[in-house]
Amino acid sequence: MSMIKRAVKTWLLMELFRGLMLTGKYLFKKKITVEYPEERTPLSPRFRGLHALRRYASGEERCIACKLCEVVCPALAITIESEERDDGTRRTTRYDIDMTLCIYCGFCQEACPVDAVVETQVFEFATETRAELYYTKDMLLKVGERYESEIAANIAADARYR
Amino acid sequence: MSWLDTAITAGIWALEVLAIAIPVALSVAYITYAERRVIGWMQIRKGCNRVGWAGLLQPIADGLKLFLKETIIPTTANKFLFVAAPVMSLLPVLVAFAVVPFGETTLGGLWEVAHVMAISNLNIGVLYVMAISSLGIYGILMAGWASNSKYAFLGAIRATCQMVSYEIAMGFAIVCVLMLSGSLNLAEIVRAQSGGFWHWYFIPLFPVFLVYFISGVAETNRSPFDLTEGESEIVAGFFVEYSGMWFATFSLAEYGAMILISLITAIMFLGGWHAPFPFLDVIPGTVWLLGKTAFLIFMFIWFRATFPRYRYDQLMRLGWKVFLPVTLVWIAVIGISIYTPVLSDIIGFWRPGSAL
Repeated sequence: MSMIKRAVKTWLLMELFRGLMLTGKYLFKKKITVEYPEERTPLSPRFRGLHALRRYASGEERCIACKLCEVVCPALAITIESEERDDGTRRTTRYDIDMTLCIYCGFCQEACPVDAVVETQVFEFATETRAELYYTKDMLLKVGERYESEIAANIAADARYR
Repeated sequence: MSWLDTAITAGIWALEVLAIAIPVALSVAYITYAERRVIGWMQIRKGCNRVGWAGLLQPIADGLKLFLKETIIPTTANKFLFVAAPVMSLLPVLVAFAVVPFGETTLGGLWEVAHVMAISNLNIGVLYVMAISSLGIYGILMAGWASNSKYAFLGAIRATCQMVSYEIAMGFAIVCVLMLSGSLNLAEIVRAQSGGFWHWYFIPLFPVFLVYFISGVAETNRSPFDLTEGESEIVAGFFVEYSGMWFATFSLAEYGAMILISLITAIMFLGGWHAPFPFLDVIPGTVWLLGKTAFLIFMFIWFRATFPRYRYDQLMRLGWKVFLPVTLVWIAVIGISIYTPVLSDIIGFWRPGSAL
């Protein structure tokens, strides 16, 4: 009996038609394509993109040159040099992140005691040369100034889970 | 003034050739577009929709890109065969279109008798198409051999085996059609199917119709029978070493063969330029023929979106142990019914000129 059933199935091409019907059904389904430059998928507040150095509302830079981020960085992408400033505080004279080395693990952000170095949601910073991906302190501060409101909002959104 | 007559005749022929070759090339371009869109939709994607409105200029952009790309000829390749192979595979496809009848016309009442719209209304049109389309294999074989690459060679061997096997099933399927129509002329075969879809040959010859169309898919090396390309096994098969315009020529040949197979299937089994109901004859026959062809090409694309690739032994088994016996049995069935008293009345319904 099962032999007959199988023969009927084979010769009437039942399985092939069922397969065709399935793809035929999908032909009219709603498409899930996200047309990227115009449409974007939502990003998590924890998204780890381009780095930024932040400032306090007073304009004073947050970084105290404790070098915890430099130590924790598994890819050795961060280079820091520091000096005593005129007012007696310790500040960085050099704070470089090589984005070609960085693996975007977010350890620097976690290690930072003053929330100075953070990773933003920016991920479109492709350049034409590798040299342009070497971010100096000025560049990082500029990124921080530009995205400060977003950064603050993301930190606030994520704070209750920390 | 005989040279003038000759020149005019030659000019008209050249125009006829262009009138078929240019639309074929254009439809090849837009079939690649349709394929990408339809397969995209079936995978719940949108497909290409960037270049031009709804992506309609995509094939133009692709063609331009391929045209401008460098053609690389491997140093160890046999240069003459390597360059000749794409031409050799495109040529038979284009030449075969010469006998395809695209409809009948009286040119708005200018002629008293309806003329068949074909470059050449050959009396042995079916045999011509069979013979010419078989030549396509030489291009693939040459490409595989001349590339001097083992993947290309494997692809060419596979293609040869496959096309030879399925040609036989196709040939026998055509014999069934000839037994009913009693003519080798493609236009006569269409005329024999006039008067509504119940006169079309896919009804008495349904298994043969399926065998013919599936063999056609195998013959054009389309998925699920695309062993010759087999991206996951032998990279791109016989055209692995080709780039630029020569590569484009191969895909032109492949899609051209698709159009040809669809046209011939529509002509032999789906009533050619006849409307499914006689009252729909107000729509020109060519539109019907092209509509049926478009549907069959859509089937090609649908198959590609649905079925996984055959294994090689399955492919050979299907060709030799399933399709060949099915067509042979159906030849016998048709032959016996023609000569059996009661059955001949039934089968006679589809046979022109029989006692009805």
